[in-house]
Amino acid sequence: MLEIKNLHVKLEEEDKQILKGVDLTVETGKVHAIMGPNGSGKSTLSYVLSGREGYEVTEGSAVMEGADLLELETEERAAEGLFLAFQYPVEIPGVSNMTFLRTAVNAQRKARGQEEMSATDFLKEVRAKAKSLKIDAEMLKRPVNMGFSGGEKKRNEILQMAMLEPKMCILDETDSGLDVDAMKLVADGVNALRSEGRSFLVITHYQRLLDHIKPDVVHIMADGRIVKTGGPELALEVEHNGYADILAEMA
Amino acid sequence: MAVQSRKEIMAADRRAQAEARLAATPMPAASGWSATPRQEALSRLIDLGLPHRRDEYWKFTDPTTLSQPEPVKAATFDPQETLIFGGVDRLHLTFVDGVFDAEASDSLEGEGLEIARLSEAEAADIHWAQSLYGTLEARGQQPVARPLAALNTALASDGILIRATGKVSKPVHITYLHNAEASDAILHHVVKVEAGAELTLLENGPAAARFNKVLEVDVADTGAFHHIRAQGRDHERRAVSHIFARLGKESTFKSFTLTVNGVLTRNEAVIEFTGDDAVAHIAGACLGDGDFHHDDTVFITHDAVNCESRQVFKKVLRNGAKGVFQGKILVKEGAQKTDGYQISQSLLLDDDSQFLAKPELEIYADDVACSHGSTTGAIDEDALFYFLSRGIPRKEAQSLLVLAFVAEAIEEIENKDLAGELTERLAAWLQRHSG
Repeated sequence: MLEIKNLHVKLEEEDKQILKGVDLTVETGKVHAIMGPNGSGKSTLSYVLSGREGYEVTEGSAVMEGADLLELETEERAAEGLFLAFQYPVEIPGVSNMTFLRTAVNAQRKARGQEEMSATDFLKEVRAKAKSLKIDAEMLKRPVNMGFSGGEKKRNEILQMAMLEPKMCILDETDSGLDVDAMKLVADGVNALRSEGRSFLVITHYQRLLDHIKPDVVHIMADGRIVKTGGPELALEVEHNGYADILAEMA
Repeated sequence: MAVQSRKEIMAADRRAQAEARLAATPMPAASGWSATPRQEALSRLIDLGLPHRRDEYWKFTDPTTLSQPEPVKAATFDPQETLIFGGVDRLHLTFVDGVFDAEASDSLEGEGLEIARLSEAEAADIHWAQSLYGTLEARGQQPVARPLAALNTALASDGILIRATGKVSKPVHITYLHNAEASDAILHHVVKVEAGAELTLLENGPAAARFNKVLEVDVADTGAFHHIRAQGRDHERRAVSHIFARLGKESTFKSFTLTVNGVLTRNEAVIEFTGDDAVAHIAGACLGDGDFHHDDTVFITHDAVNCESRQVFKKVLRNGAKGVFQGKILVKEGAQKTDGYQISQSLLLDDDSQFLAKPELEIYADDVACSHGSTTGAIDEDALFYFLSRGIPRKEAQSLLVLAFVAEAIEEIENKDLAGELTERLAAWLQRHSG
């Protein structure tokens, strides 16, 4: 599904290398987790894959099902089926959640040469999906993320994911700022979307999210590289011993 | 011979301009009730002279083309759109280059309404409008002179006089068409909303190469006046408009203006609270691309207790367009419990555009809540990235963010159908002017 090779990235504004040769392959239908200490480049990886400005790829490639992501505009990557659940979802005054969702769904359908979804079908679907994430109708009418709690914002990200039905989902620290109940709700939403044709890259600092979203593969990232790859037990090792042991072992 | 001061030279310039303008523009021969107010306005004009580009009140907007004897030519432009408000059940009146078009207008009558053309009504010796025509304009000359409004009262060729005596169900809609390249239109409307009555006035259209319009509105106790205006189409047109409003006890005044295109637009509003517990909201949104200059100048005087005033102005500017906002709230001694709010914001879509704002508060009462704010900014990059990451193309994302930016001003319109129609026009304009 996603193949990243030797990816080197520096900040555009200053001469600072953030990613120093990331190699990562996410197979179709699998859930991969990336863990790592602060500043290891986890979030940068998610931004570069989605095409945020401010980063310069100096070497390497990122290909999603044959599409060269680095050659595509952000919106084209989305239409190809890439989705990033933001660590800090953006508040947009003046645009209702519903308008935002419908515009996004239809823009992607249009880009893929599909017909726009009718207003009735859209409404039916969004209501059903919102309900399973405990997002009430009132929240849908409100401006995007305005006045939403931390948990509501993250649930709203998952709702967008559910509506857009991407192939490749990147979750950037989706657990940050969530209490146990909210995390459970978000994880249930993600688990409901797991399927044979859909892959996930779950970026997290802590192991606890991975109790709820069980990964197939766990990677440890440090200083701009993947330094260790293993099964779910690797996450438990981090939980018990912290990153220091693993990093010392690598040094 | 004494040496003239700069002030004296400017005053002489102003008067010379007024005389040149009067020589070029014939004064309508009025023999009825309007003769006196027109003559008085003429005296005011000669006394004040026409605005000088060095006048403090015209610091950000050059009045030369509004003052000079002849208008600058303006090409007519067809955006291939039907005229706005066409779907509304209304009493529709049409002016072409400032001349009333009876063929294209409904007959002047309506339930709860006395309505007449100024040029026809002013032949009579007495009329309900005679206590208002030029009166509110004259009151509005203090503390800041507005000579182009005095010129209007003196020289207006026509206008509509509307008296609402009950709840008027159909809005009165005035469309101003522009056909002649060098047309110079001066229209003066008077609206009187009697106690407990309600009226909605809609206005739209480019009007003329140069348009000078005055709207005097007197809202009696518990009356309500709603005003929605769309100034659009022709790029080269120039316009100055004044609204003079006087608000009685527990009355309501709401005015919204959408402006797109136009080399020069100066919209002044002078609102005075004379009765307690009244509400006045004035809002505007403008979109300018290229050779566009838009100026909102507002003066609100609180001279009564517990009144609420709200000013919400949003400007979207690109390719060197210029936006101006001058807004003042004056709270007189004794106008306690005043609630005054003012916000002016601009969204600059590139580095070439400019927004100049001069918010002012002058308060002589000690128990009031007044606030003002002004901001200038570009499109929020984080918001834009959020849209793009969801697959929304850049142009569409920008349009949505621009519409979101002006939403606070549009929300001031109570009639949601009309607000929706204006939003559609905005979206269409953005579509034409993207990229």
